[in-house]
Amino acid sequence: MRRSISYIILSVCGLLMVIPFIWMLTTSVKSQLEVNKGNVGFLPIEHYSTYEEDGTIYRITPVKEDGDSTYIHIFDENMYLIRSYEKVSTSDIVENKEFKLHFENYKEAFTKVPFKRYFFNTLFVSFSVVFGVLITGSLAAYAFATMRFKGRDFIFYLFISMMMVPQPVYLIPSYVLLNHMGWIDTYNALIIPWIANIFTIFLLRQQFKTIPDELFDAARIDGCGRFRTLWTLVLPLSKSVIVTAAIFGFIGSWNSFMWPLIMTDSPGLRVLQVGLSYFSQEASAQTSLLMAASTFSILPLVILFLFAQKQIIASFASSGLKG
Amino acid sequence: MKKKFDFGPYLYILPAAIIIIVFRLIPIILSFIVSFYDWTITGPGKFIGFENYITMYHDGEFWQSMLNTFYLVIFVVPISLVLSLVFANFLNGIEKLKSLFRSIYFIPTVTSMVAISIVWKIIFNQQTGLANFFLTKIGFDPMGWLAESRGVTDLFLSSLGMNFSGFIQNLSGGIGMSYNTLYLLLGGPSLALFCIIIVTIWKGLGYNTIIYLAGLQNIPKVYYEAADIDGAGKVRQFFKITWHLISPTTFYVLMMTTIVTFQVFSQIYLMTGPPVGGPLGTTKVIVYFLFDKGFGESNNLSYASAIALILFGIILTLTLFQKRLEKKVHY
Repeated sequence: MRRSISYIILSVCGLLMVIPFIWMLTTSVKSQLEVNKGNVGFLPIEHYSTYEEDGTIYRITPVKEDGDSTYIHIFDENMYLIRSYEKVSTSDIVENKEFKLHFENYKEAFTKVPFKRYFFNTLFVSFSVVFGVLITGSLAAYAFATMRFKGRDFIFYLFISMMMVPQPVYLIPSYVLLNHMGWIDTYNALIIPWIANIFTIFLLRQQFKTIPDELFDAARIDGCGRFRTLWTLVLPLSKSVIVTAAIFGFIGSWNSFMWPLIMTDSPGLRVLQVGLSYFSQEASAQTSLLMAASTFSILPLVILFLFAQKQIIASFASSGLKG
Repeated sequence: MKKKFDFGPYLYILPAAIIIIVFRLIPIILSFIVSFYDWTITGPGKFIGFENYITMYHDGEFWQSMLNTFYLVIFVVPISLVLSLVFANFLNGIEKLKSLFRSIYFIPTVTSMVAISIVWKIIFNQQTGLANFFLTKIGFDPMGWLAESRGVTDLFLSSLGMNFSGFIQNLSGGIGMSYNTLYLLLGGPSLALFCIIIVTIWKGLGYNTIIYLAGLQNIPKVYYEAADIDGAGKVRQFFKITWHLISPTTFYVLMMTTIVTFQVFSQIYLMTGPPVGGPLGTTKVIVYFLFDKGFGESNNLSYASAIALILFGIILTLTLFQKRLEKKVHY
């Protein structure tokens, strides 16, 4: 009994959580004409009227009723207006319903603005950032976790304290700085400031510390230098945390919006989120195209999520645990 | 025997340190400096001391943005906290389909704010949106949603037949405050801002639920078994055991949600307006305000920096306050 109440509540709320996505999908395959007519329910069903004349069925739109007859506009098969304000008998007009999916919306949205370019930019930036973050992160975390040196704790806590500073605070001076360096509107501005991540260093340091000292001693006795120990012992033992860090880095980079919006200007450098934002202004009235564009821009991450959901959820959950 | 100084460790932290110092530490220090200068896109002007902060104090737009941001925080944080704790409890009690539900709640967290803002903007569209479609289906009048500047208190009381603006009119005459200020304070967030509140809660719910779920799984089962023997009901068990033992997680969720909500930007930028922050500035939040000052027409980078530092001050104060409180009630 208690169980079934749980399931009912979870299902209802789960449905509320996914309704925006379902509606996004169904609207993305509707014709704009249908949406504008106010047929905004979930089913992509089209309503239209036809009129038969000399054995040919014409698409028509009723304009005005006049007693038993109606004035109509008549269209040919290409939806070109061929006659207007024809007076026909109302009973001859047939109302039709048709289930139709307009997959061409996706193609139209994808080619209307250079989404291909935006995808490339985002992939290039995200992969570069993840690559950089893992390299700088494992090197630094290795030093913090296993070596003794002067100022180690001071430097580490200085880094950690900077993690708490919200982005809006360093956004403006970063712009000033990047502008001074001549990096505004270049890939450098999107990549270089992000190739070291304090959270990644923290995460990897925690992991490296769990590796028993005996293993390091054994490596030293075998004549392994510092770097070789990192490469052949520490990193292989830390695979799952490295994957976690990579996933965090990738999702963060893929979804980042405010930074690239401010630091780039030229259309060729737009990342997906910025391109999508401009597209939403340009095509604000074309609901179904916007939904199609939203769909294909979240699709890669949703697919990544579906494949690695256990790992991703565990990663996010571990970000909340102290330690 | 004296050991030779070992440069090794420093070489390992060097790549990360360079990036963090150049692109974090220096900008953070620079932000204080910039806020005291008349700094525009062309470079530093003259030193103007606290002028930016004084301007801010007299800037009605700043205070409205602050109020809007506070509305956002005081609605989003408690609602999100309660809902995620409830969901986590239900999820914790089931075995079958657990991972399916968990994934469903979590999807909004990994999707981009830009894409889902576009979707929600159309959901709240007056003519072609899903929200009004549902409302009219169940027999209500369609609403203005993102175009509605009236406060939710006003809308609620007016629907009950009360003359809210008349009441504010009388009150403002009585206590000598301007009608507009009093309306903004007592009218509550505008319906448009309330739409943003809904989206912000929806987006963050999955993350908070997952965090709570992890916290719940850490509570030893023996407590509940003991309570069962003593004959305590499930509701009583929740308030007497779960709520206390989950408090560290609650503090974390509270802190993270507050910090993130103070920095809301994308949904405002994409869902409201034109002009962004509308209708009548009722959805202008602090981060959009500083973005607009810094990179909009006036291009006043130093003013924007000063606003950012005030935001930082608020977040820092709240964090320290919560940390102190946490120490006091830590079990």
